[in-house]
Amino acid sequence: MAERAEPAIPTRSSWSLLGVLRRIVAMPLHDPFAFTGLVIYVLFALVALFADQLAPADPLEILFTKTGKLAANVAPGAEFLLGTTNLGRDIYGELVHGTRSALAVGLSAAIIVAIVGTVVGLVAGYFGGTTDAILMRIADMALSLPFLPFVIVLTGFLGASTSNIVLAVALLLWPNSARVIRSQVLTLRERAYVEAARVTGASQWRILFVHIAPNILPLSFVYAAIAIGWAIITEASVSFLGFGDSTSVSWGMMLQDAFSSQALSRGQYAWFVPPGLCIILVVVAGFFISRGYEEVFMPRLRGR
Amino acid sequence: MRLVVERFAHNALALLAVTTILFFMFRLMPGTPLAAYINENLNADQQQAVLEQFGLDKPMWQQYFIYLGNLAQGELGLSFFQRRPVLTILLEVLPNSLILTLVSLIIAYAFGVLAGAWLAWKRGSWIERVAVPAVLATRAAPEFWIGMVLLALLSFNAGWFPSGGASSPGMAYTNAFQRMASWDYLHHLALPVLTLALYLQGLPLLLMRSNMLEVMHEEFVTMARMKGFSEWRIVIRHAARNALLPVVTAFALGVGLSMGGNVVVETVFSWPGIGRLLVQAVSVLDYPLAQGAFLMIALVLAVMNFVADLLYMVLDPRVSHGRKS
Repeated sequence: MAERAEPAIPTRSSWSLLGVLRRIVAMPLHDPFAFTGLVIYVLFALVALFADQLAPADPLEILFTKTGKLAANVAPGAEFLLGTTNLGRDIYGELVHGTRSALAVGLSAAIIVAIVGTVVGLVAGYFGGTTDAILMRIADMALSLPFLPFVIVLTGFLGASTSNIVLAVALLLWPNSARVIRSQVLTLRERAYVEAARVTGASQWRILFVHIAPNILPLSFVYAAIAIGWAIITEASVSFLGFGDSTSVSWGMMLQDAFSSQALSRGQYAWFVPPGLCIILVVVAGFFISRGYEEVFMPRLRGR
Repeated sequence: MRLVVERFAHNALALLAVTTILFFMFRLMPGTPLAAYINENLNADQQQAVLEQFGLDKPMWQQYFIYLGNLAQGELGLSFFQRRPVLTILLEVLPNSLILTLVSLIIAYAFGVLAGAWLAWKRGSWIERVAVPAVLATRAAPEFWIGMVLLALLSFNAGWFPSGGASSPGMAYTNAFQRMASWDYLHHLALPVLTLALYLQGLPLLLMRSNMLEVMHEEFVTMARMKGFSEWRIVIRHAARNALLPVVTAFALGVGLSMGGNVVVETVFSWPGIGRLLVQAVSVLDYPLAQGAFLMIALVLAVMNFVADLLYMVLDPRVSHGRKS
């Protein structure tokens, strides 16, 4: 009956979790930018899934020509779509298999950032007081660390593994989403429908997760989409600097390889341009999708 | 004034937190920090003596306060590999990093502000539909990759710029200032600056564009329109001035942020700055030097955050007046 007590509540307040999820899924269909972003994501996901079919050979295999010579620095052509590296590796194969590690890094960082940021933002914003103060000071601290230097120092000393890079990225990125979600929760908890739920005797946690959380879910998606791009760029930068996981094929590793093997002075554009373009595409897709969610769910920005 | 003190304290505390995190991070690293001093020929007693000499036998909290005390005096220890005071090494390369950052930011912001205002004016045209995704793409590109492409095109292929370093071999200068004002230095600076500026212009451009769009709907702009001022005058005199405020603050923040991002650009162009120093120090496990370089970057970041806070107060009177009442 509590719902009936406030007939003037805008539709927004009565969002159920299912309704929000439906809108989150449907959003890209209405926004051309977000749709483009989604298409890019789906394409890369397909490439990652079918990498073994698209490029059957082991990307790190050293290839030889028919005459038995090392197939080094072969120009792009029918046999090797993007040519080969100075060690005779198929660049197209590396690019295709690199999609896997890029998506793995991006998605795992995004999931951690979204979960930690959302939970911290919810708890800090809803309970306020000391909890809020402590959580926000920790967020301030994480934000005052220089981003890339911190990742380098951490992976440089803890060991060059992909999971350490994801850990470092997640450690530094959650405060952004936590802050924004917190401020959103601050306004939400004063809404009449939350008050109504409180009056009917709903527990604190029920109010937080059933009545408030669905409304900030789109924000979690915004920051997850941004985190995918950041994590991929960071992984590429760290690999480029030589602190990456040398056992896995990634776009960053390809760029590092190309740079240190003088591909630049030989003008082997087919070696170092495609990985960069792939990174740009994935990151831009994240920008587009987050922009779409902002415009649909945060109407203040609509119409710009 | 109270607000200034408050912001100062806030940023100083953040810096203290960073130094604390750094201290414990380096202490918890695998291996002893003295790996470079203790060699295998020393017996247990001699190793202990070395530990005592460096104060490493003391409890952790005591070491922490000694470390803070040393920091306050600018004592950052000796580099393991260069065997020179860390501070001296840092101060040698710091100007290179600052010049690179500032020149790039000034170019990026000058361009970004003008182009952003222009794009806001072109709202709804095909130019906007092409330009906004293009600008987003420059923001999405890894900085080092932009550098690699420019290096291949403009240095190796066209031969217009040197491929790395800060000065040609065999150049000698009587002092640092003369070196930095020389044609040779600027020639080496050009490509790294172009790379950074290309990466950095997106933020001010998009910020300026959206601010302009917002400001153009405000009452004082409508008022100016009603007064019959020309559209150009409204854009420049009324809208742009107000839209500029957040961009100025972003500039100050940008100095601190891009100091961290410089790490990759300095590496691509072998630019002898603090970011490249950090990368080299970490890769040879030179703990004191890595720690010092990291702290220096964090210090610049904290100082610039404080400057941004101050600018924000000065430029937007609502902030300081709102708090006073």
